[in-house]
Amino acid sequence: MLTLAVWFAFTCVAAAFVLCAWRLVRGPDSADRLLALDTLYVNGLALLVLLGIHWRTPLYFEAALLIALMGFVSTAALARFATRGDAIE
Amino acid sequence: MSPVLEAVLSLAVVIGGLFTLLGAVGLVRLPDFYSRLHAPTKASTLGVGGMLVAAMVDSFALGEPSVRELLVTLFVFLAAPVSAALLATAAFHLKLRSVAPLPEHAAADRSHRDVP
Repeated sequence: MLTLAVWFAFTCVAAAFVLCAWRLVRGPDSADRLLALDTLYVNGLALLVLLGIHWRTPLYFEAALLIALMGFVSTAALARFATRGDAIE
Repeated sequence: MSPVLEAVLSLAVVIGGLFTLLGAVGLVRLPDFYSRLHAPTKASTLGVGGMLVAAMVDSFALGEPSVRELLVTLFVFLAAPVSAALLATAAFHLKLRSVAPLPEHAAADRSHRDVP
């Protein structure tokens, strides 16, 4: 049952990737593209956690933590760039 | 692993997957940036949170308890609102328009001051 649930969640996350990519390409404004990138890294995090459950290995959680850190820092830097015009003064 | 525990884990994983999908659907379907900001931040946090809780309980059930998942959960829960606030500030500076109508008093104030 858990295997089935994990495969269902894989499908959901894959569909979410496609929808985010659509918004990333289409997005009428740069802020929409930033938001799509932010959602994409959260989806990548979800995919890594699911792979960790699927293959029963704790290895993926280090990767998930790294993705979470890097994603937050990059979103903060890009949002600051959109606001101020430069990331670091 | 007992069947009840497996059912609870499966439910958490399915809820996580559904909320992740819901966040992306909201990102595509909602009409303007400020409402689009709302969907992925809430739904993705709950989606990833559900999956991480499932992974943590799974590690306990397998006999190799680890609480590192709690670290990721905590970080995601702290980081998502902050990045959403930063993106909202960026959108405000980029002068994006909202499709929502102004509230009564703000609209009256705006017409009084004759601002376009």
